[in-house]
Amino acid sequence: MSLRRPAKNQPETFEFSSSSMDEANKIVLKYPEGKQQSAVMALLYIAQKQNDNWIPLAAMKYIAKFLDMPYIKVYEVATFYTMYNLSPVGKYFVQVCTTTPCMIRGANKLVEACKEKISDKENELSNNKSCSWMEVECLGACVNAPMMQINDDYYEDLDKEKTIEIFDKILRGEDPKPGSYRGRLNTEPENNRKTLMDVKNA
Amino acid sequence: MLKDQDRIFKNLYNDMGADVKSAQKRGDWVNTSEIIAKGRDWIINEVKDSQLRGRGGAGFPTGLKWSFAPKEVGSRPHYLVINADESEPGTCKDRDILRFEPHKLIEGCLIASYAVQAHACYIYIRGEYFIEGQKLQSAIDEAYEKNLIGKNAVGAGWDLDIYIHYGAGAYICGEETALLESIEGKKGQPRLKPPFPALIGLYGCPTIINNVETIAVVPTILRRGGKWFSSLGREKNTGTKIFCISGNVNNPCNVEEEMNIPLKELIEVHAGGVIGGWENLQAVIPGGSSMPLIPKEKCETLTMDFDSLMAEKSGLGTAGIVVINKDQDIIKCMARIARFYKHESCGQCTPCREGSGWMWRMLERMAKGEATKDEVDMLGDVTNQIAGHTICAFGEGSSWPVQGLLRHFKKEIQERNNLDPIVQKKNNIPYLVDQHLLDKKNA
Repeated sequence: MSLRRPAKNQPETFEFSSSSMDEANKIVLKYPEGKQQSAVMALLYIAQKQNDNWIPLAAMKYIAKFLDMPYIKVYEVATFYTMYNLSPVGKYFVQVCTTTPCMIRGANKLVEACKEKISDKENELSNNKSCSWMEVECLGACVNAPMMQINDDYYEDLDKEKTIEIFDKILRGEDPKPGSYRGRLNTEPENNRKTLMDVKNA
Repeated sequence: MLKDQDRIFKNLYNDMGADVKSAQKRGDWVNTSEIIAKGRDWIINEVKDSQLRGRGGAGFPTGLKWSFAPKEVGSRPHYLVINADESEPGTCKDRDILRFEPHKLIEGCLIASYAVQAHACYIYIRGEYFIEGQKLQSAIDEAYEKNLIGKNAVGAGWDLDIYIHYGAGAYICGEETALLESIEGKKGQPRLKPPFPALIGLYGCPTIINNVETIAVVPTILRRGGKWFSSLGREKNTGTKIFCISGNVNNPCNVEEEMNIPLKELIEVHAGGVIGGWENLQAVIPGGSSMPLIPKEKCETLTMDFDSLMAEKSGLGTAGIVVINKDQDIIKCMARIARFYKHESCGQCTPCREGSGWMWRMLERMAKGEATKDEVDMLGDVTNQIAGHTICAFGEGSSWPVQGLLRHFKKEIQERNNLDPIVQKKNNIPYLVDQHLLDKKNA
């Protein structure tokens, strides 16, 4: 079990912007009548997106009222799931997978790169306040190990040098290209493909 | 090697594009309405004939599961839920289906929904797969536009709505009842079974839950016939399966192959061999991190299917193969897996919540050689107190890899950890938790 606590400095109030409100109303319609509580996870995402990638307590209270459910239930959900950030993170939020399949292919080198380029400790902002990093559990791209996620995108087949190049880019405020960094096609065996050859050459 | 024409996922590497037109060229959505016109019983019987077993880990026969749905829809509607919460370390097959073969999944959803009489289908995708979810959503939008789903889908007279629900980074939501809790907007903590979801599931209604790969292969099975599918592989372990080969191999990859394929062929032919040669192989985790590892000697002749791996006291699980060579410290690898389970335990049952942390801390010490002699047996004892004493299968999932390590690499642990026990004299105090140890001694 992971222990998660909300940030110390909390904003007083939170309200959905009009675009968030539209999105939220659409999501509630996905679920049967009277089951609007199901939308809580999606609404927390919307709040997180609107509030610079983290969820303040005020947003949980707001969502509880919005969905007509007890505040503590929203709090439970927000603290249970690890993808809800309960304290501020960088605009570029780097998550490095270090679970065994990535670990045995050198994920520790990626962690080294994070420490050199972003900050010494996890969950700390970089000098220019734009990036932060953390170690996470399996991100489900094991055949493209080692890999990391920056915001929504996956960066695959990395090594230390390539990771540093990516960090240099995000520290300058650029968006590096996601995907494989060894130029291979998705999850195919690199230079060793023996299946579906006719569609490859088509 | 499986012939290319027998492969179901022809766009596994996205050579051809994932949009509906390319999918139709590959044969998706061709005669869906004819298949549905053959009726519920025919579909379920054909799936039963194919002997398709669930691809999500447990390997439960799919046709049988569908037949558990009530025959008549009562006052409560039926639901179909697709489990795309792929988080098992070593597994990344569903990701490729979501982004490159979404129409196989959507067509499968329509057929399965018809078979279990559901008008609403929820696809639960793990939150990290946001991009994959967007790709699936655009495929769903395409399908609505072409009236492949929605009101009177494909003109077969069945209404179906498909919704995506994103998870938020909880491994436990891959457990089916935890997944239902999560869709209901609660913490993902598994429910007690029975009642089984087929009778009381999502919102208390009958619910059938299937893995992405299971549903995505159904349309092809129905088109080519259950007999064709069951002719691949061997009895009760039929068909094809996407294997994910990761770890210390030269070309890690996803590949669709026949069930019962030799492990050595998968590694040597498709994945380009073990780094440092076959002799450098130390162990293989055959089915995602919760399955016990298998040492090199047994890998020579091992075939990959549910029953033959069960015979080796392991399992096929999700078919995520993690190859570990001799350059790696096997105890450290397992300690990292134990840390994963410690992090992902939902905290509902005490044996798992506390025990997963114990296992991790003990293994970390053992990797450094800081454990005492007696702790090796104590670790085995901890695993036995978790497995089978929890609400869901997470207890087994977290303790099996450690048990596998103890079964095959006990000597390595003992060689590294030879400190004397802290408590020298054995006190026979019958604590409640240790009762079974005393029983064993007296037996």
